[in-house]
Amino acid sequence: MRRQPWRVRALAITTATALIATPSACGTGVAAREPGAPIELSIATFTEFGYEDLLIEYQENHPGIKVRHQRTGQGGTYHQQLFTRLGAGSGLTDVVAVEEGHLSDALAASRLFHDLAVIGPREVTGNRWLDWKYAAAKAKDGSLIGYGTDIGPLAMCYRVDLFAAAGLPTDPELVKPLFTSWDTYFAAGDDYVARTGRPWFDSAGQIFNAMHNQLATGYFDTDDTLVVASNPAVKQNWDAVTTAARRGQSAGLTAFSAEWEAGFRAGAFATKTCPSWMLGVIKAQAGPANAGRWAVTDAFPGGGGNWGGSYLAVPKQSAHPKEAAALAAWLTAPEQQIRAFARTGNFPSQVEALTSPRLLGTVDEYFGGAHTGALFAAQARKVSAPQYKGPGDGRIQEAVATPALRAVEQGTPPEVGWRQLVEGAEKIAR
Amino acid sequence: MRARLTPYLCVAPFFVLFTVTGLFPLLYTGYVSLFSWDLVGDAPTFVGLANYAELLGDDRFGTALVNTASIFLLATGPQLLVAVGIAALLDAAPRPTTGWRVAVLAPTAMSVVAVGIVFANLFGPKYGLVNAGLEALGIGAVDWQADRLASHVAIAVMVNWRWTGYNALVVLAAMRAIPPSLHEAATVDGAGRWRRFRHVTLPLLRPTLLFVVVTSTIGGLQVFTEPKLLDAQPGSANGGASGQFQTVALYVYQSAFETRRLGYASAVAWVLVLLVAVLAWVNYRLTKRMAGVDG
Repeated sequence: MRRQPWRVRALAITTATALIATPSACGTGVAAREPGAPIELSIATFTEFGYEDLLIEYQENHPGIKVRHQRTGQGGTYHQQLFTRLGAGSGLTDVVAVEEGHLSDALAASRLFHDLAVIGPREVTGNRWLDWKYAAAKAKDGSLIGYGTDIGPLAMCYRVDLFAAAGLPTDPELVKPLFTSWDTYFAAGDDYVARTGRPWFDSAGQIFNAMHNQLATGYFDTDDTLVVASNPAVKQNWDAVTTAARRGQSAGLTAFSAEWEAGFRAGAFATKTCPSWMLGVIKAQAGPANAGRWAVTDAFPGGGGNWGGSYLAVPKQSAHPKEAAALAAWLTAPEQQIRAFARTGNFPSQVEALTSPRLLGTVDEYFGGAHTGALFAAQARKVSAPQYKGPGDGRIQEAVATPALRAVEQGTPPEVGWRQLVEGAEKIAR
Repeated sequence: MRARLTPYLCVAPFFVLFTVTGLFPLLYTGYVSLFSWDLVGDAPTFVGLANYAELLGDDRFGTALVNTASIFLLATGPQLLVAVGIAALLDAAPRPTTGWRVAVLAPTAMSVVAVGIVFANLFGPKYGLVNAGLEALGIGAVDWQADRLASHVAIAVMVNWRWTGYNALVVLAAMRAIPPSLHEAATVDGAGRWRRFRHVTLPLLRPTLLFVVVTSTIGGLQVFTEPKLLDAQPGSANGGASGQFQTVALYVYQSAFETRRLGYASAVAWVLVLLVAVLAWVNYRLTKRMAGVDG
């Protein structure tokens, strides 16, 4: 074929022109909205929020509004992007979901979020949510940066067949004495290991996390001073968990790894700290073959606790903050969250939802016909005041404490692991 | 006027693209490295070379450097040997089949993430297939997560699996370019197959092998996806529980998005750039000297 230089040249010129022209095109792209044209809102969520049908309905009821839903599969990736775009000052959707573990970072950057108490619908007040859920979204300056969606009240899950084989009680009422305090929990673990030679729980990180969230003061005091090294309660929890792990109570399976998932099928551990959403994880990972082997009881060492759950926030970047806040308010109303619960199992954080017959009547055959709705509603009420979370709190938990505990499970001496935790926390808190 | 402008416009796309995606990020990273710059913080403050000074005393950076070097050595050495072996086999085949060449190249074309996930499962310490095999052989299970050297081997296996085929094809192309007359002359002199390979093929492959080493060096210093996916904790940039397989590239990522210190991460990135530049220069000098000796 004959070469066609003119075509190549034309292509080059077009490309160059396009490249030069693009930035200016972007600059003029933000044209004023024509009156009467629909407002386009966007909302970003991660994993499953159960909002698909709700958003369709919202658009039907609000003809002037179009909603674009951006979904991300993994929470970790989602939040990294969220904070990168928050820092960059552009690229976020009008409504963003923020998970509880990352909320402290959002609160530390509260100047970049709208105060929902100011721009949100007047009729939406704190009475809608459980007190601790609502209080946790209040920034230092008093502004409310998020409407609560769901929560993760904690209960205990255990393997009925493994308990029976070890000669332990199996009835949900009779196992409660094992789970009254962390002391009884670890003592039962020692007992179980002695009888069977098999691990009691999945991984040290999963236990430490639950214990840590029950503390009145966690990694930070309310002045945002890092107290991880000076707060004796943190070290006590560390000692209790690492001692138990070194006595063979931990299966050493890193949470959410492929091996951890396989561990559910293999029956590698007898108990599991169980936020409400964990039931879905167990069902998916242990599979139908293990139906009826797992049970859940409404007891948790050291009282209640919460693990997980999210908020909807409106970043200052949003071009339509009022409309975005209205959408977030509607989605987090009890009626909508009950529907999301029916779809995904995300447990509602709204007071009214916790007494809804639909929620209280939920029975889970997989867990031996347990009344899971009523069970977790009761656990949700046991949660006391939220622990103050300083900036970087969630990252310390996830990226420092969990690996440090893994290191101990892999053979690092507990004192060395503790230093790793303290130094890592100092790095993030600086 | 138009005639003079045309050639510049023709080469412009490359330079525009290079400036936007190559030069600007490089220089801007250097600029950011002089600041204490939080990912979501208010205002960055100028700190001069403080980030670089801190880097010198950072244990984690030292560990990451050693890890990177170790993985690089474990990956490049076996990779070169096997690549040359495969190329020799393909070269010796009486009828070079396209099927074999495609098969050899297939791993390179696969998604590195998919490959990483599969290998991370294979190297699972408790339920992994590799350990099941080792136990069947009576060798006993290896903790590919906890043991530092074992984790490096696992990562090197992933890198090798991906790049050996590609390098084999590069070497094969060079082998095919060797004039048959040289081999014929050697045969007449009574050289066998092995001697011809050692004394004719290998010396003439030297520049190609150096090219392969240079590209492997640059790639090897930037290993990121493999160690990130090997880590059992999803999304972790820690490179194992205590950073036992954290590479420099992974440390850059962790510093920027977990510790959220963009300035410090940029300083690490710039040190990495300098290291690559120095090694590339060393490779270049070696190539030139060898070419001089041989030519």
